[in-house]
Amino acid sequence: MALDAPKVPFGASDTGDAGLAGFRVGRYGGRANMEGMTTPVEAEQTLGEGTSAGDQPWQTIVWNDPVNLMSYVTYVFQKLFGYSRDHATKLMLDVHHKGRAIVTSGSKEKVEGDVAKLHAAGLWATMEQT
Amino acid sequence: MKSWRRKGGRVLGGFEQQEAAVLRGLVGQIDDMLRARVEEAPQDELAELTGIKTGPSEGPDDPVMGRLLPDFHRLDPDQPSQEDVDSAAALRSLHEPEVLEAKLGVAAELLTTLPPEGGSIKLTYEQADAWVSALNDVRLALGTALDVGDEMPEELPEDDPRASHLGIYHWVTWVQESLVQTLTE
Repeated sequence: MALDAPKVPFGASDTGDAGLAGFRVGRYGGRANMEGMTTPVEAEQTLGEGTSAGDQPWQTIVWNDPVNLMSYVTYVFQKLFGYSRDHATKLMLDVHHKGRAIVTSGSKEKVEGDVAKLHAAGLWATMEQT
Repeated sequence: MKSWRRKGGRVLGGFEQQEAAVLRGLVGQIDDMLRARVEEAPQDELAELTGIKTGPSEGPDDPVMGRLLPDFHRLDPDQPSQEDVDSAAALRSLHEPEVLEAKLGVAAELLTTLPPEGGSIKLTYEQADAWVSALNDVRLALGTALDVGDEMPEELPEDDPRASHLGIYHWVTWVQESLVQTLTE
């Protein structure tokens, strides 16, 4: 990678090979690097830890998009909902592979608050009635 | 850009002057767009009386702002049900002010902690978290403007008008990705 690469805003060496490799495989909308991982369970079963689908009338859906990074989406699920890294990663992979995942459920008020928080974080989230 | 690292309960990084100028410029543009959107909020007497802010019920026309402020329901692009349209409008009106406030807050935090001349920076975890969100808004805006898709190349031909912006997009991606890694490792 040349330092004088035209049209790249900064010296390419600044980003470092590790960093570039990191985001190549880490692209949220990308395809790389996911083979060989265990198949996630059905999205409908991946509700919040310790909650059941039961009679929760609303659910929060996060949709796949080509910009948000896999690492960032996992980070947001952990931060906003207090999920373990494993659970947050599983939800992120559901979004990645299936195009969507249910990330929380509950009353309309709770779910619309969750959607607003996800929008603040830049994720593409919507809500629907079960 | 010096790689992010953690030291003594702080997150350390460093930016060249040119990098700081580009990043501040991008965040400043988003800040301007968000402020313009705040101005679109209806001014009604009830809101002034109760202090409860309400936002516009219709989504932004601009696709970049539309990506930063999506609908609360997935609406059928051809034949959305009237019920969903009405509900999405009500939810937007109710919640958009808090979403805008959060985005303006993280943009302000980045602008406060990144000196125009660049150099070393030292962030608390809370500030670093604001940076992660502010960088994400920059990437969403650039990604939407560039129409980034799953198969976006690392580089575009030099004569493509988007080439320089794509370089910046990839650079901001790296800044964000490495910051998330630093915060979660």
